[in-house]
Amino acid sequence: MRFSGLRVLREGLTGNKGWAPHWRDAEPKAEYDAIIIGGGGHGLSTAYYLAKEHGLTNIAVLEKGYLGGGNVGRNTTIVRANYFLQGNSEFYSHSLKLWEGLEEDLNYNVMHSQRGLINLFHSDGQRDAFARRGNAMINQGDDAVLLDRDGVRKHLPYLDFDNVRFPIYGGLLHPRGGTARHDAVAWGYARGASDRGVDLVQQCEVTGIDIENGQVRGVQTTRGAIRAKKVGIVVAGRSGQVAAMAGMRLPIESHVLQAFVTEGLKPCIDHVVSFGMGHFYISQSDKGGLVFGGDLDFYASYASRGNLPMAEHVMEAGMTLMPMIGKAKVLRSWGGIMDMTPDGSPIIDKTDTKGLFIDCGWCYGGFKAVPGSGFSFAHLMATGNHHAPAAKYRLDRFRNGVGLMDEEGTGSQHNLH
Amino acid sequence: MRIKGKGLIDRSNTVSFSFDGRSYDGFEGDTVASALLANDVTLMGRSFKYHRPRGVLTAGSEEPNALVTVGSGAASEPNVRATMQEVYEGLRVRSQNAWPSLDFDLMAVNNLVSPFLGAGFYYKTFMWPRKFWERFYEPVIRRAAGLGGLSGAHNPDTYERAFAFCDVLVIGAGPAGLMAALTAARGGADVILADEDALMGGRLNAETYLIAGKPGHVWAAEAVAELAGMDNVRLMSRTTVTGAYDQGTFGALERVGQHHGVRSKGAPLECFWRIVAKHSILTAGALERPIAFQNNDRPGIMTAGAVRAYLNRWGVSPGKALTIFGNNDDAHRTARDLADAGVRIAAVVDSRTDVDVKGDFPVYRGAQVFNTGGGKELESISIRTISGVEKIQTDCLAMSGGWNPTVHLTCHMNGRPTWRPDIQAFVPTAGAIPGMVAAGACNGTFSTRGCLAEGADVAGKVLGTLGKKVPDVALPQAEDAPYRMEPLWAVAGKGRAWLDFQNDVSVKDVAQAAVENFRSVEHMKRYTTQGMATDQGKNSNVGALAVLADATGRGIPETGTTTFRPPYSPVTIAAMGAGAQGKGFAPQRFTTSHSASVEAGAPMIEAGLWYRPSYFPKAGEKTWRQSCDREVGYVRKAVGVCDVSTLGKIDIQGPDAAALLDFVYTNMFSTLKVGRVRYGLMLREDGTVMDDGTCARLGDHHFVMTTTTAAAGTVMKHLEFVAQCLHPEWCVAMTSVTEQWAQFAVAGPKSRELLNGVLDAPIDNDSWPFMACGDTSVLGVKGRLFRISFSGEHAYEIAVPARYGESLFRELVARAQGLGGGAYGMEALNVLRIEKGFITHAEIHGRTTAFDVGMAGMISAKKDCVGKVMAARPGLVSADRERLVGMKPVGAVKMLSAGAHIFGKDAEAVRENDQGYVTSVCFSPEVGTYIGLGFVKNGPERYGEVMRVVDHLRALDVEVEICPPVFFDPEGGRARG
Amino acid sequence: MRLDCPICGSRDRREFYYQGDAVMLARPAVDAGEAAWDGYVHLRDNPAGQTRDLWQHEAGCGAWLVVTRDTVTHAVFSVQLASDVKGTTA
Repeated sequence: MRFSGLRVLREGLTGNKGWAPHWRDAEPKAEYDAIIIGGGGHGLSTAYYLAKEHGLTNIAVLEKGYLGGGNVGRNTTIVRANYFLQGNSEFYSHSLKLWEGLEEDLNYNVMHSQRGLINLFHSDGQRDAFARRGNAMINQGDDAVLLDRDGVRKHLPYLDFDNVRFPIYGGLLHPRGGTARHDAVAWGYARGASDRGVDLVQQCEVTGIDIENGQVRGVQTTRGAIRAKKVGIVVAGRSGQVAAMAGMRLPIESHVLQAFVTEGLKPCIDHVVSFGMGHFYISQSDKGGLVFGGDLDFYASYASRGNLPMAEHVMEAGMTLMPMIGKAKVLRSWGGIMDMTPDGSPIIDKTDTKGLFIDCGWCYGGFKAVPGSGFSFAHLMATGNHHAPAAKYRLDRFRNGVGLMDEEGTGSQHNLH
Repeated sequence: MRIKGKGLIDRSNTVSFSFDGRSYDGFEGDTVASALLANDVTLMGRSFKYHRPRGVLTAGSEEPNALVTVGSGAASEPNVRATMQEVYEGLRVRSQNAWPSLDFDLMAVNNLVSPFLGAGFYYKTFMWPRKFWERFYEPVIRRAAGLGGLSGAHNPDTYERAFAFCDVLVIGAGPAGLMAALTAARGGADVILADEDALMGGRLNAETYLIAGKPGHVWAAEAVAELAGMDNVRLMSRTTVTGAYDQGTFGALERVGQHHGVRSKGAPLECFWRIVAKHSILTAGALERPIAFQNNDRPGIMTAGAVRAYLNRWGVSPGKALTIFGNNDDAHRTARDLADAGVRIAAVVDSRTDVDVKGDFPVYRGAQVFNTGGGKELESISIRTISGVEKIQTDCLAMSGGWNPTVHLTCHMNGRPTWRPDIQAFVPTAGAIPGMVAAGACNGTFSTRGCLAEGADVAGKVLGTLGKKVPDVALPQAEDAPYRMEPLWAVAGKGRAWLDFQNDVSVKDVAQAAVENFRSVEHMKRYTTQGMATDQGKNSNVGALAVLADATGRGIPETGTTTFRPPYSPVTIAAMGAGAQGKGFAPQRFTTSHSASVEAGAPMIEAGLWYRPSYFPKAGEKTWRQSCDREVGYVRKAVGVCDVSTLGKIDIQGPDAAALLDFVYTNMFSTLKVGRVRYGLMLREDGTVMDDGTCARLGDHHFVMTTTTAAAGTVMKHLEFVAQCLHPEWCVAMTSVTEQWAQFAVAGPKSRELLNGVLDAPIDNDSWPFMACGDTSVLGVKGRLFRISFSGEHAYEIAVPARYGESLFRELVARAQGLGGGAYGMEALNVLRIEKGFITHAEIHGRTTAFDVGMAGMISAKKDCVGKVMAARPGLVSADRERLVGMKPVGAVKMLSAGAHIFGKDAEAVRENDQGYVTSVCFSPEVGTYIGLGFVKNGPERYGEVMRVVDHLRALDVEVEICPPVFFDPEGGRARG
Repeated sequence: MRLDCPICGSRDRREFYYQGDAVMLARPAVDAGEAAWDGYVHLRDNPAGQTRDLWQHEAGCGAWLVVTRDTVTHAVFSVQLASDVKGTTA
């Protein structure tokens, strides 16, 4: 069924009786050409692009809970392409281009809103670092504008420019940066994949990976064994557990990242704003809630929930940067499980097991990567070759030190990225 | 209308307040909701999506409809529950989310086109043309959405945060909570009793039951008075426990000043508490659930318990001819109380057939309300009975679909509640929060006697765990009626029957979501927004679950619940972030010379948490560059003085101090002679440079390490890590002495001349050669002297105990001025080090290796050190890495900027051609042009090559010659001379 | 979240610095080889359940601690001085 304004009108006039399921719930078959473990954003987009770009439709996505129930459904929805290291630049640039055609491609309104992202800086040194970043973005063909203090004031007049611990020196504006409706991204990909014949299997937990003579043969699940020639692991924070089923130990530590939303408010923040000194980022959803977050809680955790010290720290950052939000009330806080790597950049690679592929390590930046990651991972799984924009996301880079992409410069301590 | 002789309000104290500009009278003890109802105002808000007129639904913090904006100007606060805001003289209240007015809201047009705006409609449209989303659709949606508005001004109010500790935290001061607190307190435990309400007592203040022969609220007041008189009890009213966290930590929000028109100076509006409790007792009561039927949202329709609360606590009847609709015996209390108060009851409608209710009013058994009539207020209800359909005139309908235990806090650590079929509700799962037990209504025990007994019982058990004796607490007499109900979630029928009132989610929406395959409860929630409003589904989630279970042919327990997460009720950002506004976000660290620098007119800039002088302007200088160039000249030609106290200083002592240093530095320190200083490079274990600095050996077993300002904390932690985690067998100890010593660089050809004027024992090149260090005496004060240089000049750093810092700085600067020099700031310091190619964290930014900065040779082959193995990885030593170089403009453009990228001379400035980047630039008075440091692929192999430096952001395109990073005195003779 | 520092007693999480898995205690020899070093610096068991990790009571006594706890429930089972743990295993 094609979605459109006309369709909404017609259905509205006829009692909304014609709407159909957005995707099919499939019973798992005994065998597939390829299996994607993980029905989150990255898994669903991988399935979609496998079907759309590579004509691979005899595939299944196995999800232990409900589709889109992981990080794609619990992030702060920021979409950007503002990386500066080779490897990241081209990947996120490609991903943003996919975002820009996503609604048309999926026939699903994911509410991708290019409202502009402003990263604030608070010292000459930070300005230089952001200048390097902005220039890298332009070198890549993306957009960036260096704002001075008055330039920031024009965009964000409500910030505290006068009595603040870390004065605002300026900001890097990324006009094409913005937000999207996170759940819709998962649903849109699910619908697109399902329409192309992909089996989406919910409530199906993978409990083992079958390997014979170094070749993957299939998976064991809570709904029985399923054979497959190729298996892709796309399970974010759970990567360690699933990879262990294939005898792998990953360069990943799982951490909790909290996020917050306030009660609905009339429009007051039009951009995505990021505070360089306080690990604080904020935007306002179309429903009116301020959606914001900060740093990891900094201890390894699978709890999907955090503690007060970081929650309070995030509020403190908000209060020093934009004290006008003081009387907004936090309605809900939650946590996601972040698959943190030693250089803060992800992994899209083959493994030592033939036919077994892995896409993980998105740290806390996975949402904006959903289209690009799925596209590149599908390419790798279908062709066996690395997709150019993601060619540097190798698993062996830590061992040999070639092509590390440590944007934060904090080194091989997983939680510092 | 107000009912004579009822209520716990203070009728001797009238207060006037305004709502939407109109003035009303209320009494002390009223909420905005009760006072407006007393004035026959029922329309208090508009719903989120369809802007349907709404009145108050509840009498508590779970209120979804009556959200208002309180106050004016910068202090105005949106989304305040009218049911929680106490009235005070002069209180100003405004309605919100309506335009032009609450009474006449044009946005209500949404309601007329609702067939097109069903669940998830926006995912299916607004996609064409693409550019219209940001330009048209989204702005329109954003403006229509949202509830209240922020003022846009900086928060003008004071907020606080505090910690509290106790043996037992009792959450909720209803019958169970009071009994638990009394028992625990009499047993000698340190007790905190927190309650969201201004008046402790919970439902006892809203009901007419007797306890021990007296009205429940009297018994509650006596219990509170007893608790207030005990030293081991802290009573926290107006305090909502908002979240349960690990190891017995709770968040709690106390409303300190919101009920006062005038607050004493400095008093906070709210205080956010972190309460650490060995045990917690959850006695949070229960919330009544509405029933879904067509037009169940008209102003005048509220929960039955709320009607009783308005009547019994506030002496208000929310109508003149009331009707009651319920599926349980509890609803009948409403009829009894109203009848006793002389209020006319038009009908009691009970969905059950076997019901025992008597009174002077018509009773409809086995009947259901299926629709209502009216506009902005309720006028009638339509009921369906066994014998047919009937319309009854009424201006207030009290509805009760049963009660939901307030299990929320028990779910904050991912615990799932347990479904109890006998009460058709979720109850807490034991052990969901370590150390927490639930009692009373929140545990599914609904009779007053049951609540009292359970409260005493759990408190007794907690006392046992604490090793305290359980006191004799007599259980007072109280009603012990069984809770009888038959489930009724939604009345069958046409039209829209509302579940989530604020978000306008109807039974149809939930069913529609299921049709579209949003069958998982999480999918349904996200697709319809059910439960995502400001009440987080407190009023509607269980009902919606039941509807979804029905639509998908599953039971409620199989359908599952969404997760309750903190906070229990919303918390202002200002309260949780109290103290951070303005400068409070991070500590400010000041050097001893701070005021001297400020007096000299130096702009102070942030360096981490420290403040350092940028430059010291002189009369007549128009730009910072003029000052900077002059200060560079001081150092190159005479003598300059600079406060370098912010650098980390770590005192390291012990027989194994040298072993530690050999292990953390790449180069050797055990061979360093006493009285000498050495430059050291420190790696992280991954082989990347962590920090650099000097380390002085003051004795065989005594070193003082200097770190960069930025890495002082990191290095300290690293040293402790090595000493405690890797080599606990070493006998070595370290402590930070950064704040204990004030340290000043004295640099320039005349530095020794200056020093010899203040040192008690003059020095010369033989007694104090380059890289010498030792104790000294300066103007009678014991200090330390290091002959080290960050400028390439003949230079020293002199350190004295911090209390002498300011005097010494002033003295040194005055004497420097006498020698044709003076103080210099960060700008000049930066120029001096760039000219010498000395690196800072602009270069060692966490991605560079010793190899990259040309110091691979400093990794000693004779020993192991942190980072040595990983630094040898192939990728970290390949020649084509970006490596440190210097650069000078050689084309027409003579400017350079840090952050620019470097390309081949004729290459296009695109990523594929990227050869490196510029890290530091300055105008060099020595070289006479801009110079820069940066990193270029194959760096040193490209000396002499002309390359292109492009800064798109600042429109710079410069031809540079790549050169060694040392621009000045490459042989280093000046520092030694 | 609170930890029981063996030296200072029960303290709030904000006094502590978190490093990562306690595998960091077992630093390989210089010549242990690429795999051993990769395992030390990068690879992690990353268990969902009981784990041992390294914390420092940074805003307290400065002691490095080995904390045995559960990454799913956040229950803390034991807190030991890292120097004691290292001393007994070295």
